[in-house]
Amino acid sequence: MTVQDEMFSPGLQNRQRRNRIFMWLFLSANLLGLLVLVVLLAKVLRDSWGWLDLQFITSFPSRSPEKAGILPALYGTIYVMIITAVFAIPLGIAAAVFLEEYSKKSKFLSFIQVNIYNLAGIPSIVYGILGLTVFVRWMMLGRSLLAGGLTMGLLILPVIIVTAQEAIRAVPQSWRHASYALGASKWQTIRYVVLPSALPGILTGIILALSRAIGETAPLIPIGALTFVRVIPRSLFDSFSVLPIQIYNWTSRPQDDFRAIAAAGIVVLLVVLLGMNSAAILLRNKYQGRIKKV
Amino acid sequence: MVDSAGKGFRGEKGIEILLALAASVSVLVTIGIVVSLFSETAGFFKEVSVKEFFTETRWTPLFTPAHYGIAPLVAGTMLVTVIAMIVAAPLGLASAIYLSEYAPDGVRRLIKPVLEILAGIPTIVYGYFALTFVTPIIRAILPQTNVFNALSAGIVMGIMLIPMISSLSEDAMTAVPNSLREAAYALGATKLEVAYKVVIPAAISGIVASFILAISRAIGETMIVALAAGSTPKLTFNPLDSIQTMTAFIAQVMLGDAPFGSIEYKSVYAVAGVLFVVTLSLNLIGTWIVRRYKEVY
Repeated sequence: MTVQDEMFSPGLQNRQRRNRIFMWLFLSANLLGLLVLVVLLAKVLRDSWGWLDLQFITSFPSRSPEKAGILPALYGTIYVMIITAVFAIPLGIAAAVFLEEYSKKSKFLSFIQVNIYNLAGIPSIVYGILGLTVFVRWMMLGRSLLAGGLTMGLLILPVIIVTAQEAIRAVPQSWRHASYALGASKWQTIRYVVLPSALPGILTGIILALSRAIGETAPLIPIGALTFVRVIPRSLFDSFSVLPIQIYNWTSRPQDDFRAIAAAGIVVLLVVLLGMNSAAILLRNKYQGRIKKV
Repeated sequence: MVDSAGKGFRGEKGIEILLALAASVSVLVTIGIVVSLFSETAGFFKEVSVKEFFTETRWTPLFTPAHYGIAPLVAGTMLVTVIAMIVAAPLGLASAIYLSEYAPDGVRRLIKPVLEILAGIPTIVYGYFALTFVTPIIRAILPQTNVFNALSAGIVMGIMLIPMISSLSEDAMTAVPNSLREAAYALGATKLEVAYKVVIPAAISGIVASFILAISRAIGETMIVALAAGSTPKLTFNPLDSIQTMTAFIAQVMLGDAPFGSIEYKSVYAVAGVLFVVTLSLNLIGTWIVRRYKEVY
């Protein structure tokens, strides 16, 4: 053994042992997340056991938990999402196209960009206050489906813009040049070359944004999404409820039976969300790297 | 050169203007938030002095005599946020270290979707979990705990924040050039030593930014605190007490029926204004740090 080996080898074993111990500690931080997920799902499933049946899906809210159901909230969620999608998707894509394809690098552009990032970080209940002030009061839409859908639309707009921008940026510059070389105009190039190839990425972003909107509760509290809706909304100006608001109402009651139907509502909400998220992941995996291969 | 290709086609300019209008909606939204918040807040401060709002230690807008000191709401918000960060910061960072320095590819592919699912669970579900699962456990251990308490809400909010910190910190750590790691390995360092002596110091600004953005998220989160933390504005730092946060106060008033134009109604806007200013400042600091550190590599 050389002098150096004697100096270092006693420490080496300790250091490697410490390395292994910490590796397991770091790994268990991840496993804890997995554990929480499993416990959370098990808890919700156990609580809702026996309450989640066809009657629950097809009934109206009721004072007695046995008869209560989520039908109006389910319809409300679907309608709000349709309004949100119709409003936010074209607007988001248009904004992304402008920022990526038209605008020149300028102070104003970077201001808009910073602004979009910041909008994504504003608490969702503040969006609810915005919706209450602008849509319910100023535009006098009332506490309606339309006001709720527009508010949700503003909330997810930044997410759609940012993901659409990334998808558009991933389209190779050479494809645009090829299109121009054939004599296409700028808009023709965007319409027939850029947007079709960016579409899978844009769609993934849209699904993720909409699934976030389905789970959001806070912005609709100031809008006045009701918790006790006895009819299915028929027009844009009808009052409404959504799944998370209905779940909130049931959870905040002290009776165990209402907590149980809250859990049943959570199961329905999670099934919808997991369905949408897996669709987004499948879409992403299917089209990932397609641009590179061509 | 290429940019001029479109000139001469009819309608091109019109399309560009339409798209520019769409892009400016984001600015309109920001203006809308500022104007709507501050129009009613101005009305609030006509009736309540700014001095009372920031120095009074009682918040009782729904009782007579009404007091409008925001300190108890700020204290409640801070208490929950601190608890959440005590849970989320070490766990999120540990998770990021494992993913960026230790994890084999297969394990990473297994763990990342789980973290994504955890991040995608609606906060109302976390609120339900806090109230019906975590609170009973805390009360079994510490019987003096209130049914609604800051600890339960804080712990669950911390769990909610783990994926956010983990993924942002991992991005920062992955951005550290491999040559730095290889230099350390060449000197005989273990992975642990590389992680905390080389990678973490090199990625520290990104890690700090992830903490700041998580704090901002915790301050703005509504449903967990509205369900689990209580509705008792109290100037306390006891985590077992029922408290109220700024967001939970807004939700409480909005769920009840505060008449339009009343002082309660306006107080919501004042609180939302404070919330907006605080979270906006944190977001600006966070993104500023991220951008600064990106320039280094």
